[in-house]
Amino acid sequence: MVKIEAIIQTSRFEAVKEGLHQLGVEGMTVSEVRGHGRQKGHTESYRGREYSIDLIPKIKIEMVLPESLVDPAVQSIIQTARSGKIGDGKIFLSKVDEAIRIRNEERGAAAL
Amino acid sequence: MRSVSRAPMLAGMLLLCGLALGAEAPAPAAPQGSNASSLSGSTVVKDVATPTAEELAKGDPAGDKTGTATDVAVADPKAGLTLADLANQAGQNKIAINFTWTLIAGFLVMFMQAGFALVETGLCRAKNANHTMMMNFMVYGFGLFAYWVCGFAIQMGGVGGVANLGGTAPLSHEFTIHAFGKPWGLFGTSGFFLSGATYDVGVMAMFLFQMVFMDTALTIVTGSAAERWKFAAFAFCSLLMGAFTYPLFANWAWGGGWLSQLGVNFGLGHGYVDFAGSGVVHAVGGLTALAAAILIGPRIGKYNRDGTPNAMPGHDMVIVLAGCFILAFGWFGFNPGSTLGASGAGNLRIASVAVNTMLAGCTGSFGAILYMWIRYGKPDASMVGNGLLAGLVAITAPSGFVNTIGAAVIGLVAGVLVCLSCEYFERVAKVDDPVGAISVHGVNGLWGVTSVGLFADGTSNYGGGWNGVNGSVRGLFYGDPGQLIAQLIGVATLLGFVFSLSYAFNVLVDWLVGQRVSAETELEGLDIPEMGSLGYPEFVLKMQRTVPTASNETAPAYGAAPVVAPSFGAGD
Repeated sequence: MVKIEAIIQTSRFEAVKEGLHQLGVEGMTVSEVRGHGRQKGHTESYRGREYSIDLIPKIKIEMVLPESLVDPAVQSIIQTARSGKIGDGKIFLSKVDEAIRIRNEERGAAAL
Repeated sequence: MRSVSRAPMLAGMLLLCGLALGAEAPAPAAPQGSNASSLSGSTVVKDVATPTAEELAKGDPAGDKTGTATDVAVADPKAGLTLADLANQAGQNKIAINFTWTLIAGFLVMFMQAGFALVETGLCRAKNANHTMMMNFMVYGFGLFAYWVCGFAIQMGGVGGVANLGGTAPLSHEFTIHAFGKPWGLFGTSGFFLSGATYDVGVMAMFLFQMVFMDTALTIVTGSAAERWKFAAFAFCSLLMGAFTYPLFANWAWGGGWLSQLGVNFGLGHGYVDFAGSGVVHAVGGLTALAAAILIGPRIGKYNRDGTPNAMPGHDMVIVLAGCFILAFGWFGFNPGSTLGASGAGNLRIASVAVNTMLAGCTGSFGAILYMWIRYGKPDASMVGNGLLAGLVAITAPSGFVNTIGAAVIGLVAGVLVCLSCEYFERVAKVDDPVGAISVHGVNGLWGVTSVGLFADGTSNYGGGWNGVNGSVRGLFYGDPGQLIAQLIGVATLLGFVFSLSYAFNVLVDWLVGQRVSAETELEGLDIPEMGSLGYPEFVLKMQRTVPTASNETAPAYGAAPVVAPSFGAGD
């Protein structure tokens, strides 16, 4: 089992979600986060005074998938989330030791 | 229905002329050589056609059968409808129109409290929302109480008869000193708790109207001291301002005191003229706000060690601009209502006053939006809101005396002036004013006072004179330099006396309860420590943009120990 953590533009979320559902991904956790990459944000103006916005709102999607779904899911995310511009985001993969369904204590791939 | 007090006089005429039961209407023969004939009040008016009961029972969809001579109050049903009845009804109607107008205008101004609350809360951060709203909410109660106890008496105790409201005769005690051969009215002494002879309908209408103006001045101060003011300190300051500071200057300007008599005593135009209160309300509020902000000091994180300011954006521009709309609406009570009447004595000029008010607000927002757009590249919502308010503040004093071109110019200047003033106070004077109260109300209040002395165009006619001087109010551009001098004396009084008294009261309150909250409280947000609950308990509050670090921490002006920068996650 592999955990996919994808940080994407907020405007791309609906498209990414649709793409994953069509693949058969059955569960995901979505949170609203803030962050920045190498560009460190931009400046705005309030009452004539400049201030920097160095934490930009993003959407983080987390899901744990069986090995077979990982590559298709990653490809789907890349295709639906990419705009070609700075700020598209990143995907991180990590191994998951165990997954358990709380309702009936199923374990492993059956719990996904 | 009861007859008004003229009845005894007319009853005397009745006796003199003899009972007029069934007498004909025409006038008795006039004395030789006089061109006016006089009618007796006891003359019965006959042959007035009115709808019959059967006609009325059929219903009146057009409304042309409702409201006729049968509705005139008849003092003596046996005598029938007399000229005395008609005269009394006409007088009662005029006063009733004036009462209605004044009271409804007062209700509109009371609603401005909601506007101020929304503007100030939206321009502050979400962690202080509960506290900021509460200050603006309770200022209504604290101010009203202080004003009822003694503020109104000090302000209007000696104003004398206000013809528009039927006389207000009980308000006739003014403490006056005599110097340089002239009387100087200082404060009134009747009307405490609205008791005794001041339990009077005319006085009640006057009280309500004046009270909502006083509360407008008080609520201005909460803007500049927001996000770091102790609620207890705010309460004491409001009580002192509503009981003493505001009423004193208002007595001098509106209560018959010495500023209003500069024309009568020294020939300076019509004395200090302030139609609806750019000086009395807004400058007093703005200068008190300045005193509070100077004493309390800037918010933590506002200024860096090298003195450059940091932006601290407000949390909700939606309610800021909605609040500005509410204020603009309420201003239709503020300015036109200040005639205290809609019938007689030039009161129909309320139409002109209302249009002047609208125009100045509009050009105020224009001035601000053009300035911000050209200077900084984007129109700034909060400054445009401030611009609208600045235009409204500036037109408040001249609204009864200027034409629409004057109003538009006054507003436009105000719109640009507020932007410049905000920059000055933030960057040069280094006075932290979260909502721009000092610039909107203080600076533009003084501009409004001055503009009367420039733009008043001499076409108004409020009962033949103003402040005891005959003729129409006229400014420098229309031939009366004395008026400008009287206005500038008012400006000097505001800056010299009102600012100093406010500062002294603030020092007193600081000594009593302490003005500023502790640094920990300020960083956490005032909602929980001062109010016990969050303004937005179900929303996770955002992290602050300006987190104090070694480079930008500023020790508060006094009180708390220097700030230790909190860890990054310990946000709001």
